Amino acid sequence: MYQTMMNLPLVRRANWLRTFLNAAWLGWQIESNWADPFLFAVYSIARPIASVLILVVMYSVITNGATDQPIFAYIYLGNALYILVGQVVSGVSWTVISDREQYRTVRQLYTTPLDGYFYLMGRGVARLLVGIISLVITVGFGVLAFQLPISLQTVDWLLFTVTMVLGIISLAALGHVMGSITMMTARQIGSVGDAVAGALYLFSGAIFPLDLLPSVLRPIGLIFPATYWLELARRALLGPGYVGFETFAGFSNSHLLLILLVATLLLLVASIYTYRWAFNRARETGFFDMETNF
Amino acid sequence: MMQLQPVERQTGWRLFWNTIWARAYPRLIGTFRERSWFFFEALLPVLSTVSYIYVYQAINAPEDYIGFVVIGGSMAAFWLNVLWSMGSQLYWDKDDGNLQLFVLSPAPLMAILLGMAIGGVIMTLSRALVIFVVCSLLFQVEYQTGSLWLLVIVFVVTMAALYGMGMMFSSVFLAAGREVWHFANLLQEPIYLVSGFMFPVKALGFWVASAASLIPLTLGLDAMRQLLFTSDPTIGFLPVGVEILILCVLAVFFIAGAAWMLAKLEEIGRRDGRLIERRR
Repeated sequence: MYQTMMNLPLVRRANWLRTFLNAAWLGWQIESNWADPFLFAVYSIARPIASVLILVVMYSVITNGATDQPIFAYIYLGNALYILVGQVVSGVSWTVISDREQYRTVRQLYTTPLDGYFYLMGRGVARLLVGIISLVITVGFGVLAFQLPISLQTVDWLLFTVTMVLGIISLAALGHVMGSITMMTARQIGSVGDAVAGALYLFSGAIFPLDLLPSVLRPIGLIFPATYWLELARRALLGPGYVGFETFAGFSNSHLLLILLVATLLLLVASIYTYRWAFNRARETGFFDMETNF
Repeated sequence: MMQLQPVERQTGWRLFWNTIWARAYPRLIGTFRERSWFFFEALLPVLSTVSYIYVYQAINAPEDYIGFVVIGGSMAAFWLNVLWSMGSQLYWDKDDGNLQLFVLSPAPLMAILLGMAIGGVIMTLSRALVIFVVCSLLFQVEYQTGSLWLLVIVFVVTMAALYGMGMMFSSVFLAAGREVWHFANLLQEPIYLVSGFMFPVKALGFWVASAASLIPLTLGLDAMRQLLFTSDPTIGFLPVGVEILILCVLAVFFIAGAAWMLAKLEEIGRRDGRLIERRR
Protein backbone atom coordinates (compact mmCIF):
# COMPACT_ATOMS: atom_id res chain seq x y z
CA MET A 1 0.00 0.00 0.00
CA TYR A 2 2.83 2.33 0.94
CA GLN A 3 4.62 1.63 -2.36
CA THR A 4 1.41 2.10 -4.36
CA MET A 5 0.85 5.46 -2.73
CA MET A 6 4.41 6.56 -3.44
CA ASN A 7 3.96 5.66 -7.12
CA LEU A 8 0.90 7.85 -7.61
CA PRO A 9 1.67 10.52 -10.24
CA LEU A 10 0.74 13.37 -7.89
CA VAL A 11 3.03 12.04 -5.17
CA ARG A 12 5.90 11.44 -7.59
CA ARG A 13 5.66 14.99 -8.90
CA ALA A 14 5.26 16.89 -5.62
CA ASN A 15 8.33 16.84 -3.41
CA TRP A 16 6.46 18.34 -0.44
CA LEU A 17 3.78 15.62 -0.60
CA ARG A 18 6.32 12.82 -0.98
CA THR A 19 8.26 14.19 1.98
CA PHE A 20 5.11 14.53 4.06
CA LEU A 21 3.95 10.94 3.38
CA ASN A 22 7.39 9.44 3.92
CA ALA A 23 7.79 11.34 7.18
CA ALA A 24 4.33 10.25 8.37
CA TRP A 25 5.21 6.62 7.56
CA LEU A 26 8.59 6.92 9.27
CA GLY A 27 6.98 8.51 12.33
CA TRP A 28 4.42 5.74 12.56
CA GLN A 29 7.18 3.10 12.35
CA ILE A 30 9.08 4.81 15.15
CA GLU A 31 5.97 5.21 17.32
CA SER A 32 4.62 1.71 16.84
CA ASN A 33 7.24 -0.83 15.84
CA TRP A 34 9.05 -1.07 19.17
CA ALA A 35 6.62 -3.67 20.50
CA ASP A 36 4.07 -6.21 19.40
CA PRO A 37 0.65 -4.74 18.52
CA PHE A 38 -0.96 -5.94 21.75
CA LEU A 39 1.64 -4.25 23.95
CA PHE A 40 1.41 -1.12 21.83
CA ALA A 41 -2.38 -1.08 22.23
CA VAL A 42 -2.08 -1.44 26.01
CA TYR A 43 0.44 1.37 26.05
CA SER A 44 -1.79 3.62 23.94
CA ILE A 45 -4.80 2.94 26.15
CA ALA A 46 -3.31 2.82 29.66
CA ARG A 47 -1.86 6.31 29.77
CA PRO A 48 -4.90 8.32 28.63
CA ILE A 49 -7.32 6.21 30.65
CA ALA A 50 -5.18 6.56 33.78
CA SER A 51 -4.88 10.27 33.17
CA VAL A 52 -8.63 10.75 32.97
CA LEU A 53 -9.28 8.39 35.89
CA ILE A 54 -7.19 10.64 38.14
CA LEU A 55 -9.72 13.39 37.48
CA VAL A 56 -12.66 11.00 37.84
CA VAL A 57 -11.45 9.86 41.28
CA MET A 58 -10.74 13.46 42.36
CA TYR A 59 -14.25 14.41 41.26
CA SER A 60 -15.91 11.38 42.81
CA VAL A 61 -14.18 11.78 46.19
CA ILE A 62 -15.65 15.26 46.56
CA THR A 63 -19.05 14.87 44.91
CA ASN A 64 -19.75 11.31 45.98
CA GLY A 65 -19.79 10.14 42.37
CA ALA A 66 -22.24 12.68 40.94
CA THR A 67 -21.06 12.14 37.38
CA ASP A 68 -24.35 13.36 35.94
CA GLN A 69 -23.46 16.99 36.71
CA PRO A 70 -22.49 19.17 33.68
CA ILE A 71 -19.10 20.03 35.21
CA PHE A 72 -18.11 16.35 35.07
CA ALA A 73 -18.64 16.13 31.31
CA TYR A 74 -16.78 19.44 30.94
CA ILE A 75 -13.73 18.14 32.86
CA TYR A 76 -13.77 14.68 31.28
CA LEU A 77 -14.05 15.84 27.67
CA GLY A 78 -11.51 18.62 28.17
CA ASN A 79 -8.95 16.13 29.45
CA ALA A 80 -9.73 13.66 26.65
CA LEU A 81 -9.38 16.30 23.93
CA TYR A 82 -6.22 17.62 25.53
CA ILE A 83 -4.51 14.34 24.58
CA LEU A 84 -4.20 15.76 21.06
CA VAL A 85 -2.59 18.96 22.36
CA GLY A 86 0.08 17.00 24.20
CA GLN A 87 0.76 14.68 21.28
CA VAL A 88 0.86 17.24 18.48
CA VAL A 89 2.31 20.34 20.13
CA SER A 90 5.18 18.56 21.87
CA GLY A 91 5.48 15.85 19.17
CA VAL A 92 7.19 18.05 16.59
CA SER A 93 9.70 19.37 19.13
CA TRP A 94 10.56 15.83 20.16
CA THR A 95 11.06 14.93 16.50
CA VAL A 96 13.76 17.60 16.25
CA ILE A 97 15.41 16.41 19.48
CA SER A 98 15.25 12.70 18.66
CA ASP A 99 16.60 13.15 15.11
CA ARG A 100 19.45 15.25 16.45
CA GLU A 101 20.29 13.60 19.77
CA GLN A 102 18.74 10.13 19.96
CA TYR A 103 18.95 8.69 16.44
CA ARG A 104 21.57 11.19 15.23
CA THR A 105 20.16 11.11 11.72
CA VAL A 106 19.66 14.82 11.17
CA ARG A 107 22.72 15.18 8.89
CA GLN A 108 21.72 12.26 6.70
CA LEU A 109 18.12 13.49 6.51
CA TYR A 110 18.90 17.02 5.48
CA THR A 111 21.42 16.02 2.82
CA THR A 112 18.51 14.40 0.94
CA PRO A 113 16.18 16.59 -1.15
CA LEU A 114 13.42 16.55 1.48
CA ASP A 115 11.18 19.52 2.23
CA GLY A 116 12.04 20.27 5.88
CA TYR A 117 8.76 22.00 6.70
CA PHE A 118 6.63 19.10 5.50
CA TYR A 119 9.02 16.56 6.98
CA LEU A 120 8.29 17.91 10.46
CA MET A 121 4.56 18.09 9.70
CA GLY A 122 4.60 14.45 8.58
CA ARG A 123 6.39 13.29 11.70
CA GLY A 124 3.73 15.09 13.73
CA VAL A 125 1.01 13.12 11.93
CA ALA A 126 2.18 9.85 13.50
CA ARG A 127 1.78 11.34 16.96
CA LEU A 128 -1.59 12.70 15.91
CA LEU A 129 -2.74 9.21 14.91
CA VAL A 130 -1.75 7.78 18.29
CA GLY A 131 -3.52 10.72 19.91
CA ILE A 132 -6.72 10.20 17.92
CA ILE A 133 -6.81 6.51 18.89
CA SER A 134 -6.37 7.46 22.55
CA LEU A 135 -9.04 10.19 22.28
CA VAL A 136 -11.62 7.84 20.77
CA ILE A 137 -10.93 5.18 23.41
CA THR A 138 -11.08 7.70 26.26
CA VAL A 139 -14.37 9.23 25.11
CA GLY A 140 -15.85 5.78 24.46
CA PHE A 141 -14.76 4.69 27.94
CA GLY A 142 -16.44 7.79 29.40
CA VAL A 143 -19.72 7.08 27.62
CA LEU A 144 -19.74 3.43 28.71
CA ALA A 145 -18.40 3.74 32.25
CA PHE A 146 -19.67 7.15 33.35
CA GLN A 147 -22.66 7.72 31.05
CA LEU A 148 -21.26 10.89 29.48
CA PRO A 149 -24.23 12.56 27.79
CA ILE A 150 -22.96 12.03 24.25
CA SER A 151 -25.34 10.49 21.76
CA LEU A 152 -24.83 10.01 18.03
CA GLN A 153 -28.19 11.70 17.43
CA THR A 154 -27.45 14.88 19.40
CA VAL A 155 -23.84 15.47 18.35
CA ASP A 156 -23.55 18.47 16.02
CA TRP A 157 -21.49 16.59 13.42
CA LEU A 158 -20.92 19.51 11.07
CA LEU A 159 -19.66 21.75 13.87
CA PHE A 160 -17.59 18.89 15.27
CA THR A 161 -15.92 18.10 11.93
CA VAL A 162 -15.08 21.71 11.10
CA THR A 163 -13.86 22.32 14.68
CA MET A 164 -11.65 19.24 14.70
CA VAL A 165 -10.10 20.04 11.30
CA LEU A 166 -9.32 23.62 12.30
CA GLY A 167 -8.23 22.58 15.78
CA ILE A 168 -5.81 19.94 14.53
CA ILE A 169 -4.35 22.30 11.91
CA SER A 170 -3.85 24.97 14.57
CA LEU A 171 -2.21 22.49 16.94
CA ALA A 172 0.06 21.25 14.14
CA ALA A 173 1.05 24.81 13.29
CA LEU A 174 1.74 25.60 16.95
CA GLY A 175 3.73 22.38 17.25
CA HIS A 176 5.68 23.38 14.17
CA VAL A 177 6.55 26.77 15.65
CA MET A 178 7.78 25.00 18.80
CA GLY A 179 9.76 22.52 16.70
CA SER A 180 11.41 25.40 14.85
CA ILE A 181 12.38 27.04 18.14
CA THR A 182 13.75 23.70 19.34
CA MET A 183 16.10 23.67 16.32
CA MET A 184 17.83 26.69 17.81
CA THR A 185 18.27 25.25 21.30
CA ALA A 186 20.61 22.62 22.69
CA ARG A 187 21.15 20.78 25.97
CA GLN A 188 17.43 20.66 26.67
CA ILE A 189 16.20 17.71 28.66
CA GLY A 190 12.63 18.84 28.19
CA SER A 191 11.27 20.42 25.06
CA VAL A 192 9.83 23.81 24.29
CA GLY A 193 6.76 21.98 23.01
CA ASP A 194 6.27 20.34 26.40
CA ALA A 195 6.46 23.76 28.02
CA VAL A 196 3.74 25.20 25.79
CA ALA A 197 1.59 22.07 26.08
CA GLY A 198 1.92 22.29 29.88
CA ALA A 199 0.95 25.95 29.84
CA LEU A 200 -2.07 25.21 27.65
CA TYR A 201 -3.27 22.63 30.18
CA LEU A 202 -3.65 25.48 32.64
CA PHE A 203 -4.49 28.50 30.51
CA SER A 204 -6.87 26.91 27.99
CA GLY A 205 -9.21 25.75 30.73
CA ALA A 206 -8.88 22.16 29.57
CA ILE A 207 -9.98 20.64 32.89
CA PHE A 208 -11.67 23.53 34.69
CA PRO A 209 -13.75 26.53 33.61
CA LEU A 210 -11.60 29.53 32.66
CA ASP A 211 -13.73 31.69 34.97
CA LEU A 212 -11.73 30.28 37.89
CA LEU A 213 -8.46 31.77 36.67
CA PRO A 214 -7.63 35.20 38.10
CA SER A 215 -8.81 37.88 35.67
CA VAL A 216 -5.22 38.96 34.93
CA LEU A 217 -4.33 35.45 33.71
CA ARG A 218 -7.48 34.75 31.71
CA PRO A 219 -6.38 36.66 28.57
CA ILE A 220 -3.36 34.35 28.21
CA GLY A 221 -5.68 31.47 27.41
CA LEU A 222 -7.65 33.59 24.95
CA ILE A 223 -4.54 34.05 22.78
CA PHE A 224 -4.37 30.35 21.90
CA PRO A 225 -6.70 28.73 19.33
CA ALA A 226 -6.74 25.60 21.50
CA THR A 227 -8.97 27.39 24.02
CA TYR A 228 -11.66 28.06 21.38
CA TRP A 229 -11.22 24.60 19.88
CA LEU A 230 -11.84 22.92 23.26
CA GLU A 231 -14.96 25.03 23.88
CA LEU A 232 -16.37 24.35 20.39
CA ALA A 233 -15.59 20.62 20.51
CA ARG A 234 -17.39 20.33 23.87
CA ARG A 235 -20.40 22.22 22.49
CA ALA A 236 -20.51 20.00 19.39
CA LEU A 237 -20.18 16.72 21.30
CA LEU A 238 -22.61 17.51 24.11
CA GLY A 239 -25.15 19.16 21.78
CA PRO A 240 -28.13 20.92 23.33
CA GLY A 241 -27.29 19.53 26.78
CA TYR A 242 -24.08 21.54 27.03
CA VAL A 243 -23.91 23.90 29.99
CA GLY A 244 -21.33 26.61 29.38
CA PHE A 245 -19.53 28.87 31.80
CA GLU A 246 -19.21 32.63 32.07
CA THR A 247 -16.14 33.29 29.90
CA PHE A 248 -17.70 32.09 26.65
CA ALA A 249 -21.36 32.62 27.55
CA GLY A 250 -21.65 35.62 25.21
CA PHE A 251 -20.04 33.85 22.23
CA SER A 252 -22.13 32.00 19.65
CA ASN A 253 -20.73 28.98 17.81
CA SER A 254 -20.14 31.03 14.66
CA HIS A 255 -18.26 33.70 16.65
CA LEU A 256 -16.00 31.06 18.14
CA LEU A 257 -15.50 29.38 14.77
CA LEU A 258 -14.48 32.66 13.17
CA ILE A 259 -11.93 33.31 15.92
CA LEU A 260 -10.60 29.77 15.57
CA LEU A 261 -10.32 30.12 11.78
CA VAL A 262 -8.46 33.44 11.91
CA ALA A 263 -6.14 32.24 14.70
CA THR A 264 -5.40 29.04 12.77
CA LEU A 265 -4.52 30.92 9.58
CA LEU A 266 -2.27 33.31 11.50
CA LEU A 267 -0.50 30.41 13.19
CA LEU A 268 0.00 28.62 9.87
CA VAL A 269 1.65 31.66 8.33
CA ALA A 270 3.72 32.13 11.49
CA SER A 271 4.85 28.51 11.36
CA ILE A 272 6.13 28.86 7.78
CA TYR A 273 8.13 32.01 8.52
CA THR A 274 9.39 30.72 11.88
CA TYR A 275 10.62 27.54 10.24
CA ARG A 276 12.55 29.36 7.52
CA TRP A 277 14.12 31.73 10.01
CA ALA A 278 14.94 29.00 12.57
CA PHE A 279 16.33 26.64 9.92
CA ASN A 280 18.85 29.23 8.72
CA ARG A 281 19.66 30.46 12.22
CA ALA A 282 20.25 26.94 13.56
CA ARG A 283 22.65 26.20 10.71
CA GLU A 284 24.52 29.46 11.32
CA THR A 285 24.93 28.79 15.04
CA GLY A 286 25.70 25.09 14.62
CA PHE A 287 22.78 24.03 16.83
CA PHE A 288 21.10 22.31 13.89
CA ASP A 289 23.14 19.10 14.19
CA MET A 290 24.74 19.61 17.60
CA GLU A 291 24.90 16.44 19.68
CA THR A 292 25.07 17.29 23.36
CA ASN A 293 24.16 13.87 24.80
CA PHE A 294 21.24 15.35 26.74
CA MET B 1 54.44 22.89 31.29
CA MET B 2 51.61 21.57 33.47
CA GLN B 3 52.54 18.63 35.67
CA LEU B 4 49.93 15.91 36.11
CA GLN B 5 49.39 15.05 39.75
CA PRO B 6 49.47 11.33 40.49
CA VAL B 7 46.06 9.98 41.52
CA GLU B 8 46.03 8.10 44.79
CA ARG B 9 44.99 4.51 44.23
CA GLN B 10 41.70 3.70 45.96
CA THR B 11 40.48 0.26 46.92
CA GLY B 12 37.76 -1.38 49.01
CA TRP B 13 35.32 0.84 50.87
CA ARG B 14 37.28 3.98 50.08
CA LEU B 15 36.88 3.27 46.35
CA PHE B 16 33.17 2.58 46.92
CA TRP B 17 32.73 5.82 48.88
CA ASN B 18 34.63 7.98 46.38
CA THR B 19 32.76 6.43 43.45
CA ILE B 20 29.46 7.40 45.06
CA TRP B 21 30.47 11.04 45.30
CA ALA B 22 32.13 11.06 41.90
CA ARG B 23 28.86 9.92 40.29
CA ALA B 24 26.76 12.24 42.46
CA TYR B 25 28.95 15.23 41.57
CA PRO B 26 27.58 15.99 38.06
CA ARG B 27 24.05 15.91 39.41
CA LEU B 28 24.86 18.20 42.32
CA ILE B 29 26.70 20.65 40.08
CA GLY B 30 24.06 20.34 37.37
CA THR B 31 21.34 21.36 39.82
CA PHE B 32 21.80 25.04 39.04
CA ARG B 33 24.29 25.12 36.17
CA GLU B 34 21.78 24.59 33.35
CA ARG B 35 19.01 27.02 34.21
CA SER B 36 16.68 25.80 31.49
CA TRP B 37 16.53 22.44 33.32
CA PHE B 38 15.19 24.26 36.33
CA PHE B 39 12.44 25.74 34.19
CA PHE B 40 11.39 22.36 32.78
CA GLU B 41 11.65 20.47 36.05
CA ALA B 42 10.23 23.00 38.50
CA LEU B 43 8.06 25.58 36.76
CA LEU B 44 6.27 23.23 34.35
CA PRO B 45 5.07 20.94 37.17
CA VAL B 46 3.80 24.06 38.94
CA LEU B 47 1.48 24.67 35.97
CA SER B 48 0.00 21.16 36.01
CA THR B 49 -0.26 21.16 39.82
CA VAL B 50 -2.15 24.46 39.69
CA SER B 51 -4.50 22.99 37.06
CA TYR B 52 -5.42 20.15 39.43
CA ILE B 53 -5.95 22.66 42.25
CA TYR B 54 -8.42 24.56 40.06
CA VAL B 55 -10.30 21.31 39.43
CA TYR B 56 -10.81 20.94 43.18
CA GLN B 57 -11.85 24.59 43.40
CA ALA B 58 -14.32 24.07 40.53
CA ILE B 59 -16.09 21.36 42.50
CA ASN B 60 -15.88 23.19 45.87
CA ALA B 61 -13.57 20.70 47.57
CA PRO B 62 -12.49 21.30 51.19
CA GLU B 63 -9.34 23.42 51.57
CA ASP B 64 -7.21 20.43 52.67
CA TYR B 65 -7.56 18.88 49.21
CA ILE B 66 -5.66 21.79 47.70
CA GLY B 67 -2.84 20.92 50.09
CA PHE B 68 -3.08 17.25 49.06
CA VAL B 69 -2.47 18.27 45.44
CA VAL B 70 0.46 20.51 46.42
CA ILE B 71 2.12 17.62 48.27
CA GLY B 72 1.36 15.20 45.40
CA GLY B 73 2.60 17.65 42.76
CA SER B 74 5.85 18.20 44.69
CA MET B 75 6.49 14.51 45.24
CA ALA B 76 5.76 13.77 41.56
CA ALA B 77 9.12 15.42 40.80
CA PHE B 78 10.81 12.53 42.63
CA TRP B 79 8.86 9.91 40.72
CA LEU B 80 9.81 11.50 37.40
CA ASN B 81 13.44 11.64 38.52
CA VAL B 82 13.37 7.97 39.49
CA LEU B 83 11.90 6.99 36.12
CA TRP B 84 13.95 9.15 33.81
CA SER B 85 17.20 9.73 35.70
CA MET B 86 17.53 6.51 37.68
CA GLY B 87 15.65 3.76 35.86
CA SER B 88 16.57 4.92 32.37
CA GLN B 89 20.03 6.22 33.22
CA LEU B 90 22.12 3.10 32.56
CA TYR B 91 20.37 2.77 29.19
CA TRP B 92 21.24 6.41 28.31
CA ASP B 93 24.79 5.73 29.54
CA LYS B 94 24.99 2.72 27.26
CA ASP B 95 23.68 4.77 24.35
CA ASP B 96 26.21 7.55 24.97
CA GLY B 97 29.14 5.14 25.45
CA ASN B 98 29.62 5.84 29.17
CA LEU B 99 28.48 2.42 30.39
CA GLN B 100 31.46 0.66 28.86
CA LEU B 101 33.75 3.09 30.73
CA PHE B 102 31.91 2.34 33.99
CA VAL B 103 32.18 -1.40 33.42
CA LEU B 104 35.86 -1.29 32.50
CA SER B 105 36.87 0.95 35.41
CA PRO B 106 37.53 -0.57 38.85
CA ALA B 107 34.57 1.44 40.25
CA PRO B 108 31.78 -0.79 41.61
CA LEU B 109 28.54 -0.44 39.61
CA MET B 110 26.52 -0.46 42.83
CA ALA B 111 28.42 2.62 44.03
CA ILE B 112 27.66 4.30 40.70
CA LEU B 113 23.96 3.61 41.21
CA LEU B 114 24.10 4.94 44.78
CA GLY B 115 25.83 8.07 43.55
CA MET B 116 23.14 8.56 40.94
CA ALA B 117 20.51 8.18 43.66
CA ILE B 118 22.12 10.63 46.12
CA GLY B 119 22.72 13.21 43.40
CA GLY B 120 19.18 12.67 42.11
CA VAL B 121 17.56 13.14 45.53
CA ILE B 122 19.41 16.39 46.18
CA MET B 123 18.82 17.74 42.68
CA THR B 124 15.12 16.87 42.73
CA LEU B 125 14.67 18.23 46.25
CA SER B 126 15.43 21.70 44.91
CA ARG B 127 12.74 21.26 42.23
CA ALA B 128 10.19 19.81 44.64
CA LEU B 129 10.76 22.65 47.11
CA VAL B 130 10.04 25.22 44.39
CA ILE B 131 6.77 23.48 43.46
CA PHE B 132 5.84 23.17 47.14
CA VAL B 133 6.64 26.78 48.11
CA VAL B 134 5.17 28.42 44.99
CA CYS B 135 1.89 26.48 45.10
CA SER B 136 1.55 26.81 48.89
CA LEU B 137 2.02 30.58 48.69
CA LEU B 138 -0.26 31.01 45.66
CA PHE B 139 -3.13 29.17 47.31
CA GLN B 140 -2.29 29.98 50.96
CA VAL B 141 -2.25 26.37 52.05
CA GLU B 142 -2.12 25.89 55.82
CA TYR B 143 -0.11 22.96 57.20
CA GLN B 144 -0.10 21.35 60.62
CA THR B 145 3.55 21.31 61.72
CA GLY B 146 3.25 19.47 65.04
CA SER B 147 5.34 16.41 64.18
CA LEU B 148 8.21 17.84 62.15
CA TRP B 149 10.66 15.08 63.11
CA LEU B 150 8.19 12.39 62.19
CA LEU B 151 7.70 14.15 58.86
CA VAL B 152 11.46 14.17 58.26
CA ILE B 153 11.65 10.45 59.09
CA VAL B 154 8.79 9.69 56.67
CA PHE B 155 10.51 11.68 53.94
CA VAL B 156 13.90 10.01 54.47
CA VAL B 157 12.57 6.43 54.49
CA THR B 158 10.35 7.20 51.49
CA MET B 159 13.36 8.46 49.56
CA ALA B 160 15.46 5.44 50.59
CA ALA B 161 12.76 3.03 49.41
CA LEU B 162 11.93 5.03 46.27
CA TYR B 163 15.50 5.41 45.07
CA GLY B 164 16.19 1.79 45.98
CA MET B 165 13.37 0.97 43.60
CA GLY B 166 14.95 3.31 41.04
CA MET B 167 18.26 1.47 41.37
CA MET B 168 16.45 -1.79 40.74
CA PHE B 169 14.64 -0.26 37.74
CA SER B 170 17.95 0.71 36.17
CA SER B 171 18.93 -2.96 35.74
CA VAL B 172 15.46 -3.92 34.49
CA PHE B 173 15.30 -0.98 32.09
CA LEU B 174 18.79 -1.67 30.79
CA ALA B 175 17.74 -5.23 30.00
CA ALA B 176 14.63 -3.88 28.24
CA GLY B 177 16.79 -2.07 25.68
CA ARG B 178 15.25 0.60 23.48
CA GLU B 179 11.76 -0.05 24.85
CA VAL B 180 12.90 1.78 27.98
CA TRP B 181 11.45 5.06 26.73
CA HIS B 182 7.99 3.53 26.51
CA PHE B 183 8.28 1.71 29.84
CA ALA B 184 9.11 4.95 31.59
CA ASN B 185 6.25 6.71 29.81
CA LEU B 186 3.86 3.94 30.75
CA LEU B 187 4.78 4.24 34.41
CA GLN B 188 3.79 7.90 34.70
CA GLU B 189 0.03 8.52 34.71
CA PRO B 190 -0.97 4.99 35.84
CA ILE B 191 1.29 5.37 38.89
CA TYR B 192 -0.02 8.89 39.57
CA LEU B 193 -3.44 7.26 39.64
CA VAL B 194 -2.86 4.21 41.82
CA SER B 195 -0.49 5.95 44.23
CA GLY B 196 -2.97 8.75 44.92
CA PHE B 197 -0.79 11.67 43.91
CA MET B 198 -3.80 13.98 43.67
CA PHE B 199 -6.19 12.44 46.20
CA PRO B 200 -5.99 10.27 49.35
CA VAL B 201 -5.12 6.72 48.22
CA LYS B 202 -7.78 5.37 50.58
CA ALA B 203 -10.36 6.49 48.00
CA LEU B 204 -9.26 3.60 45.75
CA GLY B 205 -10.31 0.97 48.26
CA PHE B 206 -8.28 -1.38 50.45
CA TRP B 207 -7.06 -3.84 47.82
CA VAL B 208 -5.94 -1.31 45.22
CA ALA B 209 -4.28 0.82 47.90
CA SER B 210 -2.55 -2.29 49.32
CA ALA B 211 -1.21 -3.30 45.92
CA ALA B 212 -0.12 0.27 45.22
CA SER B 213 1.79 0.29 48.52
CA LEU B 214 4.59 -1.56 46.75
CA ILE B 215 5.42 1.82 45.25
CA PRO B 216 7.02 3.69 48.15
CA LEU B 217 5.46 7.04 47.25
CA THR B 218 1.98 5.65 47.97
CA LEU B 219 2.62 5.19 51.68
CA GLY B 220 5.03 8.13 51.86
CA LEU B 221 2.41 10.50 50.46
CA ASP B 222 -0.30 9.07 52.69
CA ALA B 223 1.84 9.47 55.82
CA MET B 224 2.86 13.02 54.91
CA ARG B 225 -0.76 14.01 54.36
CA GLN B 226 -1.77 12.54 57.70
CA LEU B 227 0.98 14.51 59.43
CA LEU B 228 0.40 17.79 57.60
CA PHE B 229 -3.42 17.85 57.56
CA THR B 230 -5.24 16.83 60.68
CA SER B 231 -8.71 18.24 60.04
CA ASP B 232 -9.97 14.84 58.84
CA PRO B 233 -8.38 11.96 60.80
CA THR B 234 -10.08 9.40 58.53
CA ILE B 235 -8.13 10.23 55.34
CA GLY B 236 -5.20 7.94 56.15
CA PHE B 237 -4.91 4.47 54.64
CA LEU B 238 -2.80 2.99 57.48
CA PRO B 239 -1.45 4.47 60.75
CA VAL B 240 1.71 6.52 60.18
CA GLY B 241 3.83 4.18 62.35
CA VAL B 242 2.83 1.16 60.27
CA GLU B 243 3.54 3.05 57.05
CA ILE B 244 7.05 3.97 58.27
CA LEU B 245 7.71 0.35 59.15
CA ILE B 246 6.58 -0.89 55.72
CA LEU B 247 8.67 1.79 54.02
CA CYS B 248 11.76 0.62 55.96
CA VAL B 249 11.14 -2.96 54.82
CA LEU B 250 10.65 -1.75 51.22
CA ALA B 251 13.90 0.24 51.36
CA VAL B 252 15.90 -2.83 52.44
CA PHE B 253 14.13 -5.03 49.90
CA PHE B 254 14.66 -2.69 46.96
CA ILE B 255 18.31 -1.88 47.70
CA ALA B 256 19.15 -5.57 48.20
CA GLY B 257 17.14 -6.41 45.07
CA ALA B 258 19.01 -3.74 43.11
CA ALA B 259 22.38 -5.22 44.15
CA TRP B 260 21.29 -8.72 43.18
CA MET B 261 19.79 -7.69 39.85
CA LEU B 262 22.79 -5.60 38.93
CA ALA B 263 25.14 -8.51 39.60
CA LYS B 264 22.89 -10.82 37.58
CA LEU B 265 22.60 -8.37 34.70
CA GLU B 266 26.36 -7.87 34.62
CA GLU B 267 26.96 -11.63 34.64
CA ILE B 268 24.48 -12.34 31.85
CA GLY B 269 25.49 -9.27 29.89
CA ARG B 270 29.20 -10.12 29.98
CA ARG B 271 28.51 -13.76 29.08
CA ASP B 272 26.26 -12.95 26.12
CA GLY B 273 28.24 -9.91 25.06
CA ARG B 274 25.19 -7.64 25.25
CA LEU B 275 26.03 -5.44 28.23
CA ILE B 276 27.35 -2.54 26.17
CA GLU B 277 25.86 -3.45 22.80
CA ARG B 278 24.20 -0.30 21.47
CA ARG B 279 22.00 -1.81 18.76
CA ARG B 280 19.20 -2.77 21.12
